[in-house]
Amino acid sequence: MGGTLWILVLFVVPLYVVFSVAFGTVDTVFRQPVPYYAPWWWSFSTFDDTLSKFYGEGGIYQAALVRTFVYVFLASLICLVVGYAVAYYTARCAARYKGLILILLVSPLWISYLMRIYAWQGLLETNGPINFLLGPFGFRDTNWLEGMHITVILGLVYGYIPFMILPVYASLDRIQESMLEAGRDLGASGRQTFWRVTLPLSRPAILAGIVIVSLPMFGDYYTNDLLSTNPRTSMFGNLISVQREAPGGSTRMASLVLILSLIVLIPMAYYLRETRRASERDR
Amino acid sequence: MSVALESRSSEVTQQKSGRFIGPWRKPYTLRAVTIGYLLWSLLPVVIAVIFSFNEGRSRIFWQGFSLRWWSQDPTDALLHDPAMLQAMRQTFTLAILTVLIVVPLGTLFAIGIDRWHGRVPRTANFGMLMTFVVPEIILGVSLYILFTNLLKGLVPLGTPAQLLGLATFQLSYPVVIVRARLLGIGPEYEEAAMDLGATPGQSIRRVLLPLLMPAIMASVALVFADVVDDFVTVQALSSEASSETLAQKIYAASRASPTPEVNAAATVMLITTLLVVGLGLLLYRRLSRGQEGTGGAGDFTSL
Repeated sequence: MGGTLWILVLFVVPLYVVFSVAFGTVDTVFRQPVPYYAPWWWSFSTFDDTLSKFYGEGGIYQAALVRTFVYVFLASLICLVVGYAVAYYTARCAARYKGLILILLVSPLWISYLMRIYAWQGLLETNGPINFLLGPFGFRDTNWLEGMHITVILGLVYGYIPFMILPVYASLDRIQESMLEAGRDLGASGRQTFWRVTLPLSRPAILAGIVIVSLPMFGDYYTNDLLSTNPRTSMFGNLISVQREAPGGSTRMASLVLILSLIVLIPMAYYLRETRRASERDR
Repeated sequence: MSVALESRSSEVTQQKSGRFIGPWRKPYTLRAVTIGYLLWSLLPVVIAVIFSFNEGRSRIFWQGFSLRWWSQDPTDALLHDPAMLQAMRQTFTLAILTVLIVVPLGTLFAIGIDRWHGRVPRTANFGMLMTFVVPEIILGVSLYILFTNLLKGLVPLGTPAQLLGLATFQLSYPVVIVRARLLGIGPEYEEAAMDLGATPGQSIRRVLLPLLMPAIMASVALVFADVVDDFVTVQALSSEASSETLAQKIYAASRASPTPEVNAAATVMLITTLLVVGLGLLLYRRLSRGQEGTGGAGDFTSL
């Protein structure tokens, strides 16, 4: 059984790497700047301090937290509506253009996120093409890059929507036409068939898509940095990234990361459970 | 407007009532949304690429074609800017090294998870999937804190830390891809090999690995492309200017005063990723010819 042993050894190494990361979040959190390695030495003062900035009167982080939730919610919603329409069209109606559309849908994944946001930065400048196009509608002098909520939300949508389209497409593509035909034969209208057959069947993919799209949004800070330098739109990720520059910011950063992890834990656990269920079904 | 659309589509339904084609009415609205979406998602990138050839400093006004920002300008051109060249070198070094670490490790990891049942592999798989969905900033910052505290001096920030971080984050790609393929192949081939007298090691090396080659090639392409584009992990774990990658340069420049040189740098990234992914796809198709399963773009999208 030499093979088994061989696998075992090379299997424990990555395992160790993954675990050291997974527990790294928890273990290293309170060790800055004077690290306490034993849990009974842990001091919760910085953590409490950080936490207290989220609630109460002088909660300077509170606004960013609420904003993050609102942004992520709106952006995910837009992703869902637009993404579902695109996925539906590609799966059901695209016919012979399907391959081409699929390639075009996937390609943004291989274009650097940074570059795609950077491209928008130029377009949105005050004297740029967007204002030129929207000029007749009264947007001639709008400064899109200075703390506009809509810019950041659309930037987030722009960045993450492919992750919504692809799972939804995959699930819609798998629904057999005979199901839809059956719905129609039993007297449902086209719209009824959609609401009562197609939509329920694609529900798992929708939920997965929402989780995949919203999780990275919670940690996003570069969209904000590039499309709006204004603290008026800063999100949770920005709170963290700012601490990287600050001297002695590590403790604060660690506390913030821990809080962020708690926030994303529930959707993440849901996603992992669903994936496991799906993979057990496949077997 | 919507009323007009509605009535027209019901006409179409009536006309086609005899034939059955997927949707039951012509999806004008859906088509418009899809085309609009595709334009919205790709046009800005095309524009950015075109403007890397701009004569002037602007990213939005066309001032004539020139290679000024690519090679002609003696100080500001991409090919004469030592900082940019260093960033490019760093980017590709990291990409190649990460591929070399992650792909063999991930392949074995996948084989381990798939062929060995029990509690340990299931936990391992869970941990691996976790790095797949966790926001990158959490991973990056945790590693930063780990490397600056517990492993201080052991893993210096810069290339070593970046490499470890990227490897951790990217490991899930080859595992997911290779595992999908393993599920498709099934255990029969290995069993046949062992019945014919091969040791477990031999059966893996000479039967399973060749069968897995397409998936391995696909992982190489995906990991490479993803590392070139990576920003969060690389930034969190970089030390000084020499370990900055192209993505970081673009980020820094676009917050200051970007010139078309940044567009040129971004274009280099774009071309590299597309080339590598295209090549990977091609190899994947060629190698998986004659094997079961569909192959091709479908498998890439299923990620």
